[in-house]
Amino acid sequence: MHPFILDRPRDLSAALAFRAQAGRNDAPAEYIAGGTDMVQLLQENVRRPERLVSLAGLLDNRIEVGSQGLRFGAAATMAEVAAHAGVIEQFPVISEALLNSASPQVRNQATMGGNLLQRSRCPYFRDVGYSACNKREPGSGCAAIGGENRWHAVLGTSENCIAANASDVAVALVALDAAVEVRAAGTQRTVPLIDFYRLPGATPHIETVLEPGEVIAAITMPVNPAARRSHYLKVRDRASFEFAVVSAAVALEMDGTRIRQARIALGGVGTKPWRVPRVEAALAGANLDLATLRPAAALAAEGAQGRGHNDFKIELMQRAIVRAVQTAGGRA
Amino acid sequence: MEMSANSKSLTITSSDLTRRELLTVTAVTTGGALIGGQLMPGVISPATAQSAGAATAPLNVVLRVNGTEHRLALDARTTLLDALREHLHLTGSKKGCGLGQCGACTVLMDGKRVKSCLSLAALVEGREITTIEGLAQGEQLHPLQTAFIERDAFQCGYCTSGQIMAGVSCIAECHAGSPQDIRDWMSGNLCRCGAYDHIVAAIQDAARATGSVRGG
Repeated sequence: MHPFILDRPRDLSAALAFRAQAGRNDAPAEYIAGGTDMVQLLQENVRRPERLVSLAGLLDNRIEVGSQGLRFGAAATMAEVAAHAGVIEQFPVISEALLNSASPQVRNQATMGGNLLQRSRCPYFRDVGYSACNKREPGSGCAAIGGENRWHAVLGTSENCIAANASDVAVALVALDAAVEVRAAGTQRTVPLIDFYRLPGATPHIETVLEPGEVIAAITMPVNPAARRSHYLKVRDRASFEFAVVSAAVALEMDGTRIRQARIALGGVGTKPWRVPRVEAALAGANLDLATLRPAAALAAEGAQGRGHNDFKIELMQRAIVRAVQTAGGRA
Repeated sequence: MEMSANSKSLTITSSDLTRRELLTVTAVTTGGALIGGQLMPGVISPATAQSAGAATAPLNVVLRVNGTEHRLALDARTTLLDALREHLHLTGSKKGCGLGQCGACTVLMDGKRVKSCLSLAALVEGREITTIEGLAQGEQLHPLQTAFIERDAFQCGYCTSGQIMAGVSCIAECHAGSPQDIRDWMSGNLCRCGAYDHIVAAIQDAARATGSVRGG
């Protein structure tokens, strides 16, 4: 681990004054909260900040579910949100996505804000033994394109990076139009989560729209009649404690046997959590039979580009959509 | 434990020298930091292991472990696991991967299971840490410790303390209602000997003994 100065400020305003650059890997100062991803990256020398600014105990961790929707402080842990009765009842897709993430230990430690900022699991990014990684070392190339890329994204990629976003819960949150409250010294703004993440383009090392010094303070989600009938389907290489190969977050508002409104986002296939509005539009007014669902799900493949080992994801994600819609639609 | 032939320059008479202290001393006296390091990575202090670069001033850290408060001066990079093992000499918590993947380092923090290798020690001040050393009540083993012995729920034993700490939580959280439930909620703990069937059985036994068998 590269040496760093660890600051333990007494309050949030003191922490924000350090102007860390959360979400960027070329920054001299970074924030640390739950630490579950940061400590791994420090241990493996992927991140080498000169200064770490602790947010432990400084951020709100309350979880509120009410008529306005859902709001939780960024310091709420994954386990706390997953087990919250209001979340389970009104936003089951969030609880399911969280319980299918990581391990029970990590869910007790990791914060919701940190979850949204976790770095990619691209093995070339995580292993400094590989010199080529534009996300870790801008301009160095991409070892995954032309390398082992079974785990990588097929949507939103560029010639510079094909790393997939690893968060499960971000997929559920994007499906239901969540936003993040972002704070810096003296300022606050709200950003829709889907716009919070940047496509890699020519700058894959800059993953979010966070400006230097900003932190995620809270996550909000509006009321949506589809939220109660929602489901997270995660397809992975082992039954538990594994990242998604493909996942689908689905929320449905039904009118009898027909879909009135569908909200769908995909994980494991995009360089950011991937909403599929064309599929949603095709499903409005549709029923749940396969002959209807399959062509609608096929619209998700628009623009998808496999790189060899991950070609199978293009078919698999369509099947995941169909299965998840059927499961959600079958719920009372 | 017998002295290694390589450490002939060393005279040790104390009968209560621990295996761990002996390994440390042996590694140093043979000039074999490399040898010792390869055999027992854990015996090298974090400061040595992390070597390069000018270390910043140590931080004063107060840790509450098994009901006792400890004042330590730690390098900022010290994880909770390294603080427990290298500074408090509570070596029951094991270092397997150091990356949160194996679960051998599992301890309880404010009663909840966590991976101590993923927390910086300086950031868990004020939290109540419970390690495997703090589980028994005097000579009275925790029911899950007893169940592990009765079910022969280990082979090499390296993952065992982490399995037990995670299992204690698994039962307390009421996720020990069925073998499938246990396997799912114990998936953060790996056992390379493959003692999983016995571990699941031990957790089922202890859950029955403590009356916490409700499914999750």
